[in-house]
Amino acid sequence: MTDATQTHAPGTHPDLPPPLGNRGAIKWMRENLFSSPTNTVLTLLGIYLIYLAIPPFLDWFILNAVFDAGSRAECWERASGACWSVVIVRFDQLVYGFYPVELRWRVDLSAVLLAVALVPILFDKAPYRRGWFVFSLIYPVIAFFLLWGGLGLEPVESAKFGGIMLTVLIGVTGIVASLPLGIVLALGRRSELLVLKVISICFIEFIRGVPLITLLFVASTLLNYFLPPGTYFDLLLRVLIMVTLFSAAYIAEVVRGGLQAIPRGQFEAAMAMGLSYWKMMGLVVLPQALKISIPGIVNTFIGLYKDTTLVVIIGLLDPLGLSQSILADSKWQGLSTELYIFIAIFFFISCFSMSRYSIYLENKLHTGHKR
Amino acid sequence: MSEAAAHVMPQSQTDQVAVQMVGVHKWYGEFHVLKDINLSVDAGERIVICGPSGSGKSTLIRCINRLEEHQRGQIVVDGVELTNDVRKIDSVRREVGMVFQHFNLFPHLTVLENCTLAPIWVKKTPKVEAEEIAMTYLARVKIPEQATKFPGQLSGGQQQRVAIARSLCMNPKIMLFDEPTSALDPEMISEVLDVMVGLAESGMTMLCVTHEMGFARKVANRVIFMDGGEIIEQNNPEEFFNNPQSDRTKLFLSQILHN
Ligand SMILES: Nc1ncnc2c1ncn2[C@@H]1O[C@H](COP(=O)(O)OP(=O)(O)O)[C@@H](O)[C@H]1O
Ligand SMILES: [Mg+2]
Repeated sequence: MTDATQTHAPGTHPDLPPPLGNRGAIKWMRENLFSSPTNTVLTLLGIYLIYLAIPPFLDWFILNAVFDAGSRAECWERASGACWSVVIVRFDQLVYGFYPVELRWRVDLSAVLLAVALVPILFDKAPYRRGWFVFSLIYPVIAFFLLWGGLGLEPVESAKFGGIMLTVLIGVTGIVASLPLGIVLALGRRSELLVLKVISICFIEFIRGVPLITLLFVASTLLNYFLPPGTYFDLLLRVLIMVTLFSAAYIAEVVRGGLQAIPRGQFEAAMAMGLSYWKMMGLVVLPQALKISIPGIVNTFIGLYKDTTLVVIIGLLDPLGLSQSILADSKWQGLSTELYIFIAIFFFISCFSMSRYSIYLENKLHTGHKR
Repeated sequence: MSEAAAHVMPQSQTDQVAVQMVGVHKWYGEFHVLKDINLSVDAGERIVICGPSGSGKSTLIRCINRLEEHQRGQIVVDGVELTNDVRKIDSVRREVGMVFQHFNLFPHLTVLENCTLAPIWVKKTPKVEAEEIAMTYLARVKIPEQATKFPGQLSGGQQQRVAIARSLCMNPKIMLFDEPTSALDPEMISEVLDVMVGLAESGMTMLCVTHEMGFARKVANRVIFMDGGEIIEQNNPEEFFNNPQSDRTKLFLSQILHN
């Protein structure tokens, strides 16, 4: 009887809770920062580098920065740090571009309504989601009239649009419009109808083979040759279309990857129970394919959002374009760092939110174990 | 109903014959996979199809609900002849349920949603009613308590029983099974076979591709042996197992019964 330590008769052992580890910060640090000599050295080196970098950065960024000067000269007279005055004085312009001051409430209103319209799309727990969704569907029309005017609202030329407003307008339109178009293209590319398939392939490959800048040039100049003389077609609308087409081609390829990952058995089970093509796609295949494609789709969206800065090349004044004109003002010359940091922070917040949202969505859609 | 009635074949007694295959041929490219298949299945009949791997068993039953297209011959299912007419294919699929080797449950939907999807979207059954029906069938396959789980959280045997319940929710006249137990761990095979036996006893018309010979002996009216894309031999289970006619059948039986 050497096995005397067995405490339960065979077959009667109860389920016990797992042992409690010694949790807490100390344990975490020991496991993650000081687990081996190499790791310890790297940790200490990292801390030293942070120690070297942080104080001068803080000095420049906040402690020695100037927030209320009237010009660069005044800034540099008063302190050696950043001159945030340029961002503060020109803040409205960086947000609205040259949108008429007395009409800027229309931009604010469409921004608020945009947030309202996005809620039922982004969060499936939103109350009254169905009815709310109807609002999301008509929102683009509302936003169009608010921004461009018409229907009794004073018209505003799109050439006056600019700044963050322009970035958000192009980015959000491109994202919202390119997703459905991209899905249709992906389905078209896998279609058994030859004509549909060829059209989709040609479109996708052509758009992907051409830089966005080229398409924007086409939008700004060449398109006029194809339109009947005398017709006027808003430049910004043309840009919106081009950006959407460009992004849709990439989305299509991402979604096609997702579609390819769906086993044949899923299609067969759906067909065997009598679902039509569109119901099979909408209810069985796309929900799974899009879920797999989320990282790629969001990646494309983030790329698109940042690519909106390219519109400066055809003369639209996004935040980067505006900073060019601000820097041309003799009062603020040479303050490009401050402006670019401000713009970088704006883009980082936007893109990082998208990235976090995609992780939230992936977790929410995760069902059961992978087999 | 009236739509289906319009396609009734005048010469066949539709209330008697569930599936009628006459001179059916099929090719995959150059490969002749089904050769002159003639098979008539009466309503209420239970058929077991067996044969070596690659003999065309799956292809045969997949032709019945048009997951595969035959190129020659005639297939009439429940009085509707299968052609390229999408409406006819749809009406056949509504009457024919299918259970696959790998279950093919929809992983993004709960068990209950898997079961109500087709009733709601194909038959336009109101959601509440579809859920009631689904729960009765889930009870019949003995897993009503799993209704809110996702397929990925169930064992293989449980998943296959859900798949059977899912098909039954469409209230089919004919059920096709393509090796429903061959992807299962041994201890789960009997729970699925029990459900199938219960289904057979309720009078369902069944065509099962399976190598579970115990099941065949117990419920089949007829066992069909296929090899090389042909029906080599068919008989009632008693005769089929005790007195096989062709050498190929004998060889096959000796292989599956003695290892
Ligand atoms: N989609 C397909 N394309 C080409 N050949 C196929 C296809 N599906 C099956 N086959 C071939 O047809 C033959 C019969 O297949 P199948 O009906 O699945 O056989 P079984 O179910 O009896 O094992 C096999 O040789 C298989 O390789
Ligand atoms: Mg098979």
